[in-house]
Amino acid sequence: MKMELIQPFINSLDAVLAATMGCSAVIADVSMEEGHYRQSGIAALVGISGEIEGRVILDMENAAALQAATDLAGVSGTPTEETTRETVCELTNMVIGNAVTQLNDRGFRFKVHPPQVYAVEAGPAGTEDTETVVLRFETPMGKVYLTLAVRYKIRRASDAARQTVLS
Amino acid sequence: MEFKPLNCEDKPKIRFLIVDDSVFARKNLCKLVEAFGGEVVGEAGDGCAAITEYDAVLPDMVLMDITMPKMEGIEAVEHIVRDHPEARIVMVSSVGYQDNILSALQKGARHFVQKPVKPESLYEIIQYVLNDSTVQTQTTPRDARP
Repeated sequence: MKMELIQPFINSLDAVLAATMGCSAVIADVSMEEGHYRQSGIAALVGISGEIEGRVILDMENAAALQAATDLAGVSGTPTEETTRETVCELTNMVIGNAVTQLNDRGFRFKVHPPQVYAVEAGPAGTEDTETVVLRFETPMGKVYLTLAVRYKIRRASDAARQTVLS
Repeated sequence: MEFKPLNCEDKPKIRFLIVDDSVFARKNLCKLVEAFGGEVVGEAGDGCAAITEYDAVLPDMVLMDITMPKMEGIEAVEHIVRDHPEARIVMVSSVGYQDNILSALQKGARHFVQKPVKPESLYEIIQYVLNDSTVQTQTTPRDARP
């Protein structure tokens, strides 16, 4: 997967956590996933379609998700499971929406779909035409994972032109 | 942070319709509107419900998400503005690329705020839109419009 596609997601997660919760997210690991991805906590999925198709999953360790729900929903005591899921969904929406905004402004053309709670233990695996990358972040609240599982439906015009020149 | 109550045309309270598919986002926007001295008179979770709710409550201002199930926010703006040219709609979305913003404005939205929302920015934009003299008010008879 191209770095130009991954970097906006890294920047976006850090920016959204900084803006909403005043904490940073440090990228700790980037791995290509060949087997099925295992969910680690509370996760939400956003589908993308257009030149690039696929799904992006934000998965927060339970402690991190609970902390986020406590901070963002402004509840006293332990937040309910529903509040925690809604918080993770909205954070996912903001992280992916901001990343997609950056990518669209750089010439990629695709749109996002509404976030859904992700409740499948085994996530998407890489296939011949779908690349799956898992980004692991360390935050003061705990670990956060972003899984990008995408395929290039239409080669970008600039890439096609480059290919023509090379050949 | 404290905000001076929003004001427009000597109305005691500005009435808001909040449209977002996320219950969490709606709750947060409701809290902000109340902190600004406004009143939430309706909520909707998708574009279709927003059109129905707008007709029912005729709010002074709409805060509208873009990415929603059933009908997206930009399409809902088009429907609402077609029937209510005076509608004041501010888009509030995490997806803020240029084509999207332009499309929303062309359909009749008055402004755009990107999530995560900064309360002071949202307040300033709402106050700006409320005081924008180019906005036609609901009390203006159609025949009197230029």
